[in-house]
This record gives sequence, C-alpha cells and structure tokens, in this order.
Amino acid sequence: MKEGVMYTGIPSREELAACPGVPSKERMAEGRVAVIECVQEIPCNPCESSCRFGAITIGEQITDLPTLHGEKCTGCGMCVASCPGLAITIVDKTYSDTEAVIEFPFEYLPLPQKGDIVDAVNRAGETVCRGTVTSVKKLPAFAGTAVIGIAVPKEFADEVRSMKRLKRA
Amino acid sequence: MKKIVTDVAIIGAGSAGLSAAYQAATAGADVLVIDENSRPGGQLFKQIHKFFGSKAHQAGTRGYVIGEQLLEKVEKSGATVMLDSLVYGLLPDKSMGVISNGVNYSVKAKKIIIASGAKENYMAFPGSTLPGVMGAGAAQTMVNVNRVLPGERILMVGSGNVGLIVSYQLMQAGAEVVGIVEGAPKIGGYGVHAGKIRRAGVPIYVGHTIKRVYGREEVEGVEIAALDEKWNMIPGTEKQFDVDTVCLAVGLNPMTELVWMAGCKFDFIPSFGGHVPLHDENMETTVPGVYVAGDVTGVEEASSAMEEGNMAGVAAAEALGYISHEEAAEKKAEIRARLDTLRSGFFGAGRKANKEKQLADMQAYKDGMEKGAAC
Repeated sequence: MKEGVMYTGIPSREELAACPGVPSKERMAEGRVAVIECVQEIPCNPCESSCRFGAITIGEQITDLPTLHGEKCTGCGMCVASCPGLAITIVDKTYSDTEAVIEFPFEYLPLPQKGDIVDAVNRAGETVCRGTVTSVKKLPAFAGTAVIGIAVPKEFADEVRSMKRLKRA
Repeated sequence: MKKIVTDVAIIGAGSAGLSAAYQAATAGADVLVIDENSRPGGQLFKQIHKFFGSKAHQAGTRGYVIGEQLLEKVEKSGATVMLDSLVYGLLPDKSMGVISNGVNYSVKAKKIIIASGAKENYMAFPGSTLPGVMGAGAAQTMVNVNRVLPGERILMVGSGNVGLIVSYQLMQAGAEVVGIVEGAPKIGGYGVHAGKIRRAGVPIYVGHTIKRVYGREEVEGVEIAALDEKWNMIPGTEKQFDVDTVCLAVGLNPMTELVWMAGCKFDFIPSFGGHVPLHDENMETTVPGVYVAGDVTGVEEASSAMEEGNMAGVAAAEALGYISHEEAAEKKAEIRARLDTLRSGFFGAGRKANKEKQLADMQAYKDGMEKGAAC
C-alpha cells in the first residue's frame, strides 16, 4: 500500500521530515514546543494569528504551509485548539527523566480527568502505551475544543498524538 | 392568489442566499428570501466543526456560529425571510409561483437570485434500498440538528470532506464508524480531516467499493471489495462488517430545476456536479436579471457560497441603482480577491479552472449573441 497522507490519512515519515511546521530535533530536546503536522496546501491560516509570539507564519498566500519558528515558540499551546484540522500538538520531552508530555486537541465526550490512566494512541489510532492525564484545558478561546495533556514514556513522544475515546456512561 | 412585488427575490436561505440578502438589503433594496425549510441557514447549522479558510472567512469558527452571525446580520438589514415556502415555478419575466402554508403567492421581482444549493448523489448496489442506507448529509442532519443517532455501527462510503467530516461527527455523537470506503486510489478530502479519523482508529479503504448490503428488514451488514485499475471488483478481496447503517457521501449535484425553468443556458462540468448555469463575474445568468450563487452554480463549499452570495447581492443592488458603480466596483474587487484565495492551492485549483471555464463560456455566449444581433 502506498504511504502518505493522501493514501492513508497519515503523514509519512518523509512528509513529516519535510514539514516546515515540525520543529528541529534540537528544539524538541529543549522542551515544550508546538508540532504542526500540516503537510497539505489547504486554504487555512488561523494558527498564524493565534500565536502572539509570531512563532507561526504562513504569509499572504494562505494555502502555504505554516512554518514554525522554534526559537520564538514558548509552547504556550494557544495554537492547538485554533487549528480546524486538529493537526497541532505540544510536545514536552523535558517533562521528567523518563516521561514526555503530549498535549493534543480532543473533541469527544466524556473528557478524561487529571490523573486518569488512558490509552495513548499513535497517528493510526493504535494504542502504543498507557498515559497519565496531566491536564485538561477548556478555555473560551478554544471554542469547544478541549486540550488534553498526557505523560507517556519518552520513547513514544514522537508516536503518541491522541488518546482512545472513553466509553459513554 | 396573493401578489407580492419586491426589488430582489432570493430563492434559498442558506449560506449564499443569506449573504446576498444581507448585501442587497443593506444597500437599500426591498429583499424577500424564500426557503422551503422551517429554519433558515441551509447547511450552516449542521456544521459543528471549525471552518477552514482565512481569518476573513472566520476560519476557526464553527459553522453554526457563522450561521447565527449571518442570520443576525440579515435580520438587522431589513430583508424579509419567508420560511416553509416552496418556489414551484419561475418564469423568464421574473415572476414566481410560491406556496406557503397552503396559500398561493405570485411573487414578482426586478431581480432574482437563485441560491437553491445542491442535493446528495445516490449510489445503487444490492441492498441499497434497505432501511439504514442513507445519505451522509441526512445522517449529519439527524445527529447535529435533530439529535438522533441514525445507528450504532456505521460504514461510510466516500472519503471527500463530507464523508470524512460526517464520520467524525457521528463518532462525536457516540456511534462507531467501522471504516470509510473510497473507490479512488486516493483520499478525496483534506488530509487533516482524514488524520482525525485515523487517530480515532477508523481504517480508510482506498481503491475499494461497496459490493452489497445485506439484512432482512434493515441493514445488518455490508460487504466491500477491492477494485482493480479499471474499477472492477477483484474476487477474493471481500471484507464483511456488522453494521446497522451505511452512509453515502458520493458527491452532490446542483439543484438547477428553477434555473432551467427560467430559460438560462448551461455548461456541463462533471467535477462541479454536472449541469451548471453559465454566469458572468456579477453572477448574472444568460437571462438578464436572474442571478445564481452558491452550490447551484457548481458544488464548492460554504465560504465560497457566501462570497458568491455577496457578489450577487452587490451586483443586483448596483443594477437597481442602490449603490454607485464606483462603490460596487470596490466591493466586488474585494469579494473577487477573497474568492480567488478560496480557490487556490492543491485542492482549489480544480474549482478555479471550473469557474474560469464557466465564465469563459458565458463570455463566448455573450459574444455570440452580439454577433447574431449584428447580422
């Protein structure tokens, strides 16, 4: 089967490597940073104005891909819920000696609660490990999207991008 | 039969129709919007996801919020919206037959804007008439407007943005989506929409089609099969799923009945949904004073429908003398720039080419008329 977002819905390793929204390895190692996995030229730019530090630029042509300027990004997370494509996560590889934190947009009910143990999933929705919920943010500016943080073993920091939906009561 | 006379009559109170009403009424025209539904807003109130586009198109705002804002603007503009009202006839002299709550009206307008939208395509296969097979748009109306879950376990056919977004919304409403089937070798919609679906654990079967749906009284299961490069099913590749619902998101086609009735000339553009009316930069058709806007001119999406509505509303108000040519030219240039933006990039290029063909064919038609008149 062919790889890549057009065939599978999952950006390939090559697509992610070439993606201007994905920070450098060095920047990732420094701590909290936005990871913008936007690899297709679609007319969309709310992430650009969501960042008050000017760390995300698209420019006049709104189909251009967003570029992340790692040195300006504070990892504040305001861009996460601004992306209609839910393609932005915050990754913190310095959370602890053994764990990284992934903060991702989540639009399913019920929401998890801080301290819950959840199934952490990769881009294909496969459970790769268990994660501990570190934060559940719902701000008016997020317009209904929750941003969930989970701590996972460091080796999965580049794989985990969401969590399994919770069963309804 | 009651008679209504107005400056501008608009058929359809969706994204395009409401935008046109706002522009024309704000300019000072008497505007009547007619819609067969009991609520205005067309498809906007079904859209619970955040819209794409630029900040100018309220990107990042959920569709129903954009609908609420648009409706509020229209109410303030002074336009009248007539609901539960069906336009059943439209004559080239710009008079319409309307039935509203059992009462017949004859509506005569100086300018008519047809913004009737599009309807879902259907697909025939063994079992396609069983209860539980439905359009994706119908399922979306059920969950997002009427708050009814059409089923517990669902297979989606079609991976365009409608198929991807409705799959996501069905899961948000509590259903399981067992998979998305796509006949083409590639996913049709935006990768980021597909990405959401994949992270939720839903497989997308490209190069597959639905072979049959089975069940006695209602859908009990579905069988899919892989396709070869000639779109024939490959024996031995069948997969079965226990589902109670199959949703079809296999494209839309413009609702052009009234446009034909008015005597407008057409183009045939398959990737725009089939027959689409010729129109110029002002959205005016080959019948003077009859304008079109939104999906009826070729299937695109809500943001471009709103801009086409804005364009038709401004042009109609200009033609009636409510705004000066200078002011109109300025407004139209802004709208055109926004439309160009929406029709750019990888996914917009095809729609841009379609629109250019439609405009060029309209120009050729006008040139031909002039030549004919000179002979």
